[in-house]
Amino acid sequence: MFVAHSIAADHKDLIHDVSFDFHGRRMATCSSDQSVKVWDKSESGDWHCTASWKTHSGSVWRVTWAHPEFGQVLASCSFDRTAAVWEEIVGESNDKLRGQSHWVKRTTLVDSRTSVTDVKFAPKHMGLMLATCSADGIVRIYEAPDVMNLSQWSLQHEISCKLSCSCISWNPSSISMESLEAWEREKRCSSRAHSPMIAVGSDDSSPNAMAKVQIFEYNENTRKYAKAETLMTVTDPVHDISFAPNLGRSFHILAIATKDVRIFTLKPVRKELSSSGGPTKFEIHIVAQFDNHNSQVWRVSWNITGTVLASSGDDGCVRLWKANYMDNWKCTGILKGNGSPVNGSSQQGNSNPSLGSNIPNLQNSLNGSSVGRKHS
Amino acid sequence: MRGCSRQRLIWQKGYCEDRLPLAQFSLTRCRGQDGGTRVECRRVVAMAERRGPCGIGGFGPAGSTGGARAGSSLATGAELEARARSFGGPANSRWLRLGAMEELDGEPTVTLIPGVNSSKKQMCFDWGPGEMLVCETSFNKKEKSETVPGCPFIYIIRKDVDVYSQILRKLFNESHGIFVGLQRIEEELTGKSRKAQLVRVSKNYRSVIRACMEEMHQVAIAAKDPACSCQFSSQVSILSAMELIWNLCEILFIEVAPAGPLLLHLLDWVRLHVCEVDNLLADVLGSENPRKHESFWKLPGTTQTLTELELKWQHWHEECERHLQDGTFASSPHLESLCKIMLGDEAALLEQKELLNNWYHFLVTRLLYSHPTVKPIDLHFYAQSSLDLFLGGESSPEPLDNILMAAFEFDIHQVIKECSIALSNWWFVAHLTDLLDHCKLLQSHNLYFGSNMREFLLLEYASGLFAHHSLWQLGVDYFDYCPELGRVSLELHIERIPLSTEQKALKVLRICEQRQMTEQVRSICKILAMKAVRNNRLGSALSWSIRAKDAAFATLVSDRFLRDYCERGCFSDLDLIDNLGPAMMLSDRLTFLGKYREFHRLYGEKRFVDAASLLLSLMTSQIAPRSFWMTLLTDALPLLEQKQVIFSAEQTYELMRCLEDLTSGRPVHGEPDAQRLQDDDIETTKVEMLRLALARNLARAIIKEGSLEGS
Repeated sequence: MFVAHSIAADHKDLIHDVSFDFHGRRMATCSSDQSVKVWDKSESGDWHCTASWKTHSGSVWRVTWAHPEFGQVLASCSFDRTAAVWEEIVGESNDKLRGQSHWVKRTTLVDSRTSVTDVKFAPKHMGLMLATCSADGIVRIYEAPDVMNLSQWSLQHEISCKLSCSCISWNPSSISMESLEAWEREKRCSSRAHSPMIAVGSDDSSPNAMAKVQIFEYNENTRKYAKAETLMTVTDPVHDISFAPNLGRSFHILAIATKDVRIFTLKPVRKELSSSGGPTKFEIHIVAQFDNHNSQVWRVSWNITGTVLASSGDDGCVRLWKANYMDNWKCTGILKGNGSPVNGSSQQGNSNPSLGSNIPNLQNSLNGSSVGRKHS
Repeated sequence: MRGCSRQRLIWQKGYCEDRLPLAQFSLTRCRGQDGGTRVECRRVVAMAERRGPCGIGGFGPAGSTGGARAGSSLATGAELEARARSFGGPANSRWLRLGAMEELDGEPTVTLIPGVNSSKKQMCFDWGPGEMLVCETSFNKKEKSETVPGCPFIYIIRKDVDVYSQILRKLFNESHGIFVGLQRIEEELTGKSRKAQLVRVSKNYRSVIRACMEEMHQVAIAAKDPACSCQFSSQVSILSAMELIWNLCEILFIEVAPAGPLLLHLLDWVRLHVCEVDNLLADVLGSENPRKHESFWKLPGTTQTLTELELKWQHWHEECERHLQDGTFASSPHLESLCKIMLGDEAALLEQKELLNNWYHFLVTRLLYSHPTVKPIDLHFYAQSSLDLFLGGESSPEPLDNILMAAFEFDIHQVIKECSIALSNWWFVAHLTDLLDHCKLLQSHNLYFGSNMREFLLLEYASGLFAHHSLWQLGVDYFDYCPELGRVSLELHIERIPLSTEQKALKVLRICEQRQMTEQVRSICKILAMKAVRNNRLGSALSWSIRAKDAAFATLVSDRFLRDYCERGCFSDLDLIDNLGPAMMLSDRLTFLGKYREFHRLYGEKRFVDAASLLLSLMTSQIAPRSFWMTLLTDALPLLEQKQVIFSAEQTYELMRCLEDLTSGRPVHGEPDAQRLQDDDIETTKVEMLRLALARNLARAIIKEGSLEGS
């Protein structure tokens, strides 16, 4: 791996989250300076900040993109107890001439009484939905029934988790038993049956240790989310949680950031064995557990195919984990700060598209060190 | 020097065909021309240079032209060799290993992020389709910001650096064609023809590496900046090492040369990679007639058997030995040394170590003079001892040595594994493994993971291609030939291709459609439809939503069309709406839009009767949304006011019913405001006008129909 570009972020305070859009052509950042910035990649590969605006009256924890089927939509959540949905307006104003775009707030979700710690859009097949979780221990699921009118969001579900929540993850492709059987027949899961599922993590550090990860599944009959599983073995504070994209597997993979990195597999138990109508039960196995971050792990996230997991921890590193074809998980890469301060001059990375831009990279591949261009 | 090594890089396509029987020289010949030893010796050197490995080159009499030139030629050979070795330098222990294979005990690759202080801060990150975002943050202090100034940059991290190299792009492009061709090789082909075909494929791959290497070399020479030049040269050395390994694998695993020809292949291998013919030596040779001696050393399969060859060789060997014992060359230490070398004397060979660039060069030289009929199975023994002797405990083997040694041991698994660790891209291992898999080697060698390794590596390679804005198109075919996870990987990757232009979108769509990837087709069309709506390009939005078969969105866009019509009194994108055809059935609203436009067309063509009955049917069949009925009824007004009667009495009754339906079903408004009162006013007037027109038309229709009946 190598550093291809560096972009002066120009936030006035700590950045809490960075987020690529679906195609990797745009990104958003959010910060304690209460603002969100949107960056666009030009045809020549340069990144430009095309919007920067105050979004909340507190630190902005997370920013995330909706699927482009719903247009250009962002959601943010903040210490100010709200989450907000933003939409980019296609205008013919002067903004466009200056290479700037305009984002308007479509809604503010004010149901939480405490800091909103995470916000995630649901998988697109569920429509335009999003979930938030907050320090008051409640997961809220909202829906915009009319995708052309993002000012109308209705609170569909409130799930009480009884523990201060820090993170949520939608299962990108829930497999029902039917499709699991189809998968076994066809060896491929092309038809995805959808029983929406969401995992919630808690960073509650109170001494009465309880399981910190709960999984809820939507029940078509009761039209409610019901708890499907609790990961009893995870009792330390959980900071992040992430379902892997399903690469045609018959089971789900869930990564958890707690005092270490853990990877679980959840295999649905056949319906006839569990009581029909109730939530799906799973066979849960831990397939990997790594304490290389030495202390707390703060983020876990999968690449788009769900073959590589990245985690970030107190050791200041991002570590990459990959399973080989024997399903042994190994650390395959480390991104680590070099510790030296960067000279302040603003720069836009080595975006020179000529051959020359590849030169440092070739050298990197030879030497194995992957430092990009020097900052001078 | 440059020019020299440059020449070395030229791929001699015919190098196999024009091979001459090796070692045409003989002591008989040297001995037979007493007094001419000096000249002869030079010839021997020359011929040895030409035919044998250069290992024997350069030991001619010092100061003789031949020797000196041979020496210089080797020096340049050594230069290239040194480069090839830099491939295996210590730095390589830190080479890219992302996703490297099982049981690797090496450390993971470390990528340094400038300016981030890992001892005080943490990093937040996000995955993109081909890249990763990283920036400094602090997770544990969630409240007020810290005093230490942080790193002000966001970094974009990429995985496969080679994907972005302009020159390597040719390697990817051209090998893609070979790969696809290989997948289509007839499974039925067996035996010789299949093998020949596989060897040809292997050579094709190698010639692509060579071509790429040559181009890289030219760029290195042309580069003005010495640092640049050095970069490209290193790349040349990597390509050179790749080709070296591939060539050896080809000889051992694909060609599966038996004893006898095996050494010939190895000689070619060393000759190709270590040194080449010096011009002058070639001239010297040209003056001779090498064919004169051809019959001396015929190869098995032509006129003599391997045993015959061995016998003759044994005889020659003994003769050599006798000369040495007798002290024939005692007067000339050089000649004596030459003789020793011809006897395969290891010590004598090692004395010329500086001319033998590396251990495998030494190995092949040694085999040539002591075991010309070496069997494949015994190779690893000689290879290991040559490596040990050559390094002499002074240095330890490097990655390239280990890879070659694994090949000599016929340990394919190990070769692939070591290459995966040592190389910075997946190109080499993916293609080589695929080829070996087609040779049925992965199964017959009984690797427990079978062809999964092939797929694993191909998936890695193809995923890397998808990170690139144009190379992703090659990746599609690689995914296609991965039976287990290729399809689902392609689905996940292809939907992330940015749909920046219509042309690109159509390309992506075509790929998805060819593979019946319906969900991806739907999603892409939906994205484009949404984009078009946002930009108010309704026609485009409509055609994309039709293609996405997205009824809800087609309804939405149709509504926009109708709203536009109501506001502006005309339709945009007439071509599209006029030619909807069966697509019209996608949603009721779209059907209505199409039919409504048809009404306008009929009206425009003055086909009033057809227009009228269509208009009516839109309401009676409930296709028209009720909110649009008033517009439709208003559209009926001019028809009702025509000179001739258009709506029949029955049709007029229907229209009246529709109007009453609409007006009686109106919800009662609450507090009327001024605007609503005004609107209601207009509405009331409209309704009254309609009622009047309908009543008048009914009267005319009854009269007309009555008179028709009466007549």
